[in-house]
Amino acid sequence: MLELITFGDTGWGDELLLGMIMTIMVSTSSLAFGLVIGTLFASFKLSNSLILRAIAEFYTTVVRGVPELLVIYLLFFGGGSAVMYIAKIFGYMGYIELSPFTIGTIAVGSISGAYSTEVIRGAILAVPKGQFEAAKTLGMKKSIMSLKIIFPQVARLALPGIGNVWQVTLKDTALISVTGLVEIMRQSKIAAGSTHEPFLFYTVAIFLYLFITSISYQFFNRAESKFSKGFVRESS
Amino acid sequence: MRFELMYESFFEIIKGVPLTLEVVFLSTIFGLVLAVGVALMRVSKNKFFSNPAYYFIYTIRGTPLLLQLFFIYYGLAQFTFIRESFLWYVLESPLFCGILTLTLSTAAYSAEIIRGGMQSVSPGYIEAGSSMGMSKMLRLRKIILPITIRQALPAYGNELILMVKATSLISIVTLMEITGIARTIISKTYAPVEIFIVAGSIYLFINFVITRFIKYAEHKVNHGSI
Repeated sequence: MLELITFGDTGWGDELLLGMIMTIMVSTSSLAFGLVIGTLFASFKLSNSLILRAIAEFYTTVVRGVPELLVIYLLFFGGGSAVMYIAKIFGYMGYIELSPFTIGTIAVGSISGAYSTEVIRGAILAVPKGQFEAAKTLGMKKSIMSLKIIFPQVARLALPGIGNVWQVTLKDTALISVTGLVEIMRQSKIAAGSTHEPFLFYTVAIFLYLFITSISYQFFNRAESKFSKGFVRESS
Repeated sequence: MRFELMYESFFEIIKGVPLTLEVVFLSTIFGLVLAVGVALMRVSKNKFFSNPAYYFIYTIRGTPLLLQLFFIYYGLAQFTFIRESFLWYVLESPLFCGILTLTLSTAAYSAEIIRGGMQSVSPGYIEAGSSMGMSKMLRLRKIILPITIRQALPAYGNELILMVKATSLISIVTLMEITGIARTIISKTYAPVEIFIVAGSIYLFINFVITRFIKYAEHKVNHGSI
């Protein structure tokens, strides 16, 4: 039975490995996309404009209160026409088809982004006010202040939360398998179907996910200690 | 925006609400009972108890729910000895498999929440209880349990909302709850935005009610009525 998971023509080892690489790629790009959205909407939530705050509040409430699968269906069935609609405004009349990877990244990324928004908002609020004031007093430009003073502190404060968002995002990518993207979940389903060994392949898939989870857990631990270098916890 | 379609599909999709609520209710009840057991095992000093609980939580939290569902629904059905045993009454039904998967999932997440709540009980309280001659059961009932509930309730409220959202996965094993019906209508009418708004609003409403209920419960336990 185990020859089924060897590498080569008769085994599914290489296919599963490719599936794992696909899972990692789509999770990473979703997290990155989510962080961009998260930063944008976190700044909306902290802005003085009532409209921007309302938009951000609406986005996080809807995305966090609605099943991930429903969001994926929305973008899978409606994403292509939405992009074509926008392209039409800019004068492009052709047909655009989005790849499952792109749709997956947008779908899981916008779910991930809702959670990132809250993490980043919390981290910005946790930076002591004095840091902003000190930078202003020194006559720093706003861009320099954000880059040199605020960003490093936000990164340190947000990292544990981003680690949690990563774990959730990684698991959410399994849902993109319904759109046909061949990642771990899809690949093990195909293998299970054509060999009639679902138990074996789903067990392998469980171990592949646990492997990624464990590795990334260590990665985030290391990143946390790197970003906390030179930071002494105040004793209370 | 096709409002006529939205109006009509609302009455279609609402038919999935009882199934969604049934699955949430049953898995939450079974899951909570299991979670208390797993949490007690997890904090045990005996490795024989704490290790299985640790690996159970680790596996459930580290893998996607969809994979767990497929593992139980398709994976276990592969074996003849399971198909011939009494287990088959449970495992041949997609509904029971869905409830079983969600029960195990919420048990693992809730066990961690309960563990966190239990560890927030300061040892001084327990010592004070025993120095007043309280028995172990009385201490558990009067000191540990109320503080644990108070600590764990907000996080448990989040877990309930995650459970409502998680039930959407059972539509993949052919069960027609809210998301399943929504998907069918989308592929028939090709109106993803309209159907998303209708189905999404129903979920948001359910989650709103749960949030209110948890807020009310928090208010109750924080004002000394338990």
